[in-house]
Amino acid sequence: MRLLILAILVTLVLALASLFIGVSDVSLAALLSTSAEDRPMQVLLISRVPRTLAIILSGSSMAVAGLVMQMIVRNRFVEPSTAGTTESASLGFLAATLFFPGWPLMGKMLIAAAFALAGTALFLRILRAVPLRDVMLVPLVGIMLGGIIGAVTSFIAYRFELLPSLLAWTMGDFSGILRGRYELLWIGLGCAVLAYIAADRFTVAGMGRDFTTNLGLNYQRVMVLGLVIVSLVSAVVLVTAGSIPFLGLIVPNLVSLLVGDNMRRTVPWVTVTGAGFVLACDIVGRIVRFPYEIPISVVVGVVGSAIFLYLLLRTRRHA
Amino acid sequence: MREPSVALVPAPGLRRIAGLSRPALVLLVLAALALISIACFMTLGARGSWSFIIPFRGRKLLALCLVAYSVAISTVLFQTVTNNRILTPSIMGFDALYILLTTATVFFLGAGALTGIDPQVQFGIEVVVMVVFSGLLFRWLFVGEERSLTLLVLVGIVFGILFRSLSQFMQRMLDPNAFQVLQDSFFASFATVDTSLLVVATVIVVLASLIMLRLAHTLDVLGLGRAHAINLGIDYRRTVVTILMLVSVLVAVSTALVGPITFFGLLVATLAHSLVGTSRHRYVLPAAALLAITCLVGGQTILERLFAFDTALSIIIEFLGGIVFITLILRRAAR
Amino acid sequence: MIVADGVTKSYGATCVVDGVTVTLPKGGITSIIGPNGAGKSTFLSMVSRLMSLDRGTVTVDGLDVTTTPSDVLARRLSILRQDNHMTARLTVRDLVSFGRYPYSKGRLTTGDKTHIDAAIGYLNLAELSERFLDELSGGQRQRAFVAMVLCQDTDYVLLDEPLNNLDLKHAVSMMQQLRRAARELGKTIVVVLHDINFASVYSDHIVCMADGRVAHEGPPDRIITSDVLTALYQTPVRVETIDGRRIGLYYE
Repeated sequence: MRLLILAILVTLVLALASLFIGVSDVSLAALLSTSAEDRPMQVLLISRVPRTLAIILSGSSMAVAGLVMQMIVRNRFVEPSTAGTTESASLGFLAATLFFPGWPLMGKMLIAAAFALAGTALFLRILRAVPLRDVMLVPLVGIMLGGIIGAVTSFIAYRFELLPSLLAWTMGDFSGILRGRYELLWIGLGCAVLAYIAADRFTVAGMGRDFTTNLGLNYQRVMVLGLVIVSLVSAVVLVTAGSIPFLGLIVPNLVSLLVGDNMRRTVPWVTVTGAGFVLACDIVGRIVRFPYEIPISVVVGVVGSAIFLYLLLRTRRHA
Repeated sequence: MREPSVALVPAPGLRRIAGLSRPALVLLVLAALALISIACFMTLGARGSWSFIIPFRGRKLLALCLVAYSVAISTVLFQTVTNNRILTPSIMGFDALYILLTTATVFFLGAGALTGIDPQVQFGIEVVVMVVFSGLLFRWLFVGEERSLTLLVLVGIVFGILFRSLSQFMQRMLDPNAFQVLQDSFFASFATVDTSLLVVATVIVVLASLIMLRLAHTLDVLGLGRAHAINLGIDYRRTVVTILMLVSVLVAVSTALVGPITFFGLLVATLAHSLVGTSRHRYVLPAAALLAITCLVGGQTILERLFAFDTALSIIIEFLGGIVFITLILRRAAR
Repeated sequence: MIVADGVTKSYGATCVVDGVTVTLPKGGITSIIGPNGAGKSTFLSMVSRLMSLDRGTVTVDGLDVTTTPSDVLARRLSILRQDNHMTARLTVRDLVSFGRYPYSKGRLTTGDKTHIDAAIGYLNLAELSERFLDELSGGQRQRAFVAMVLCQDTDYVLLDEPLNNLDLKHAVSMMQQLRRAARELGKTIVVVLHDINFASVYSDHIVCMADGRVAHEGPPDRIITSDVLTALYQTPVRVETIDGRRIGLYYE
């Protein structure tokens, strides 16, 4: 518990730091010496605070989505971007942009979420059709399914000359976040809370269908709840910030190394660590090439794949 | 009465048509198809003087054939050496490694590397670095004691993502305007082939093929798997590392010419194996190369001349290849 | 003669083969028996250079297996492991022909063809010789692999559980063929066996391994005894002599 408080404190410090990094001068002194209508306060309220909130919200909700996914698929190496979910969501977003260009972002997001749900369900269907004995095959099938859906998406985007905008969406980036353009992410937080409330059910469902039914739970319903949480979070994060690869994979795995696998205990940890991890990566992306920015998906891609490799090769030594 | 010296394994005299064994027949048909595609590519929709068209299209044709050959051969060799039918060099991140090296060259030597040095020389240097680097990396990954295949695939994919992310990272660290130049190399396009590297690419491919011919007799034995190959007296570690280096050279060639293509190799290697019906390399290697030429040159002709698409071929190939990949994995898992 | 001296192999903290020093005599059939996880297969893999040794040396007729060129050893010693899953699609004849690779390097001579035909005949595979391996039953495939190893015509033939996948009839005929190869062709055959009674009836020499070490070794009549086997497998084994053969009974 004391460790958790420490982790929360570290994340808060990172969040504060994140508020004060940027091109225009938003130091504490500047804030105090000028009035609320002046530039520093306006920058803080319109750009910096929304950005930091967006990072915290998407970081924590993606990490929780990864955790839920790992529970229901019973495989430690899946997350939305290794199960076709993220790619399906971008296909849905593309479809929404093509067919309902006038809809508000919320409507497009819901379509993206519906596609994400369908894609993930397809993934689970494939997994059920063939009993995979090898744990490594599960993420492999997911990555390839994502590749196929991604190829369809780029083909459509190419035909309608939307390829550049597609690339812009899928590249996770917080630099465009302003007040009024991130609020959907609160839905992600809602999902994380829901996951916390239903945590015990997911832990039980993680033991398998027979075990769950034996305890008198409706396995199907728990699975659907999990799928909805995962799809909503993926879609929300995709339409606001873009995709952030590996996040849902690394954070839960690191947390499980630290505090074990009881979901009720791990959800708060995953939430905090997810937010802290993305905050740290975002700060790095903003500082290295100041005043330019490196998109978050690139930073997380480098750090995340390095950690993922470590996790993979570490299991090998144990096996 | 058979001749005193015959090739390693006598042809399986199963179903002969017109006196030809099945592999030989398949090769003949494939060669005819490849020739037809080449003829169509050179002639269809040609307007204007032939003295312009022949060198113009000829250069592009040569580039496409080099790519097809490199992708097909590298994939078959790689699958033989790793003793599996699912992995390809691109799935394992070989092309991402090449892109990383190209980016790193620009990153550490400055943008002058893009303009100052002769691109052919620069490419030659990159290939050498690639050989050394991949030699080290894949020696570590493949040559040790046996590892779980799926773990290797996953590690390879993640290495690919790491290489790609690192390249993107470095590109962002470059002058934000200059990185656009490099960014083109992230997308495969058969329409905009880089013909400036043709000479050096041809030389490299020919050299690699000569080395491969010298190792040709070991290929069938390596295809039996590590234990059998060692039992039959192959210097396993050295042979495998040499072949993996050849593979990385060929991947460098195809990536430099058209950009990364993940599933094309898988598509042609899988088709070649199932068409030929045997695993002997004297049939599989040419079949895969001919198939690849037919797909690339023929596909490009159809899309470009008949439908007026230009970059779509790579997307179509990725789509088909991805489906082949999933089918293979599922079939393997079901067994 | 195969001489192992202090051969050791560990994976992480677990020592699979722990300082094995043993001499496998030339000629005849030597069986290696012992409970699961005793390190039998690992030991055989190290003797045949498929695995590296952490410590110790192995020599085959004086040749150190870690330093002798692989193609020289391939003409002295052959190895067949249990798991022969193969992605290559080959006919039985194709596979057996590979046994000549150490000599021909891919160019078969008429002499090689005689060896191939002989090996195919030896394991009664003539009718199956043009069939593809993936069309055969597990037992037929196992015989094809043994034929390849025999075709390699080495003084030493190492087989890791060659009776796997074989029914009673084929298991018996496999052991008879191996004994024939030892007697008629003068080969030294080393087999890892699970069935103590096959080991008892067909071996000239038996090595017992447990916990990565050699527990006992000697001729069958000294090893196939109630005391040795009971201790080795930690299960009561009674040994009876039936028709002059020592048979272990453990179905209490």
